[in-house]
Amino acid sequence: MCVSCGCGDTELVPVPVHERILANNERVAAHNREHFRDHGVVAVNLMGSPGSGKTALLEATASALLHRAKLGVLVGDLATDNDARRVRAAGIMAEPITTGSACHLDAEMVHQGLHRLSGWRDLDYLFIENVGNLVCPAVYDLGQAVNVVALSVTEGEDKPLKYPTMFRKADLVLLTKADLLPVLDVHVDVIARNLSMVMPEPRMILACARTGVGMDQWIHWLRAINTPRRASVPAVC
Amino acid sequence: MHEYSLVQALFDRIEDVVRERHAISVRRVRVQIGQSAGVDAGLFRTAYDTFRIRTICADAPLDVREVPVRWVCPDGHGPIPAGTPLTCPACGRPCRLDAGDEIVLEQLELEVP
Repeated sequence: MCVSCGCGDTELVPVPVHERILANNERVAAHNREHFRDHGVVAVNLMGSPGSGKTALLEATASALLHRAKLGVLVGDLATDNDARRVRAAGIMAEPITTGSACHLDAEMVHQGLHRLSGWRDLDYLFIENVGNLVCPAVYDLGQAVNVVALSVTEGEDKPLKYPTMFRKADLVLLTKADLLPVLDVHVDVIARNLSMVMPEPRMILACARTGVGMDQWIHWLRAINTPRRASVPAVC
Repeated sequence: MHEYSLVQALFDRIEDVVRERHAISVRRVRVQIGQSAGVDAGLFRTAYDTFRIRTICADAPLDVREVPVRWVCPDGHGPIPAGTPLTCPACGRPCRLDAGDEIVLEQLELEVP
């Protein structure tokens, strides 16, 4: 009420809030992260454009790592469970998260996905294959330990500069489809230089799911982050 | 188009504040959007104006303060010039993002009894 004269009129008051708009998502992400930590599960948020080779990478990862570690996948897609079926066929337990029209996964979708992925507590690695998109997924914390971005060589050299937020948040960039380099006018050193403009500690592995190039390095990197005292993300040669 | 999801999250948070303060209406909303936050400020405004009809923010214009990107040396050697690799030219250490990642509800102007 107006305190000047007691007339009963309403007042306009400024109310400072200073809170992140995604604070609710970040609370759920923190909850997911606590679950992962308590059960010793390394959660990897795998992002990249549609067709960048995320699912093929998971299939190849299964071949290389499944005999040494328990793997699971939550697969985000706008529609269909095609990718979930592909990774299941590769021997990995998988659950689709069909987002409908949403262009990204959020922490609550992952939380609900965990409820459906029975046995996730026994995993060594949970891969969260995000919706194919180089913009929106970068904004949402899911509770992951690391962000990995799959960038195929066919996407060109300038993607890190065009989508700086995505690459800034990446702990590792997998430069996929390396077997296509001989037929492309794309230079890996230019991509590396562009990454250094948006990533303070650029880490990149040249990889190919089809030929197996770079898979040893990728598996080595994954094993290095799954240690009881992982103080920092490992460097890449 | 995650800007629409962000605007929904913004409305949810505003409704909380309105309830806490027993406000009658919202008259102005002020947010900060960092230029490296992965959010298009123009799309955010469009999404806000599209969805605020029939919400508690129907009469509340939106002020967006865009925050420029600023990378700094973690050892205090100052800001890093734009368009250069993100290592400190003085000591070689990886830089730290000091500003430009904000997606923040800064202030509301509320009508209270």
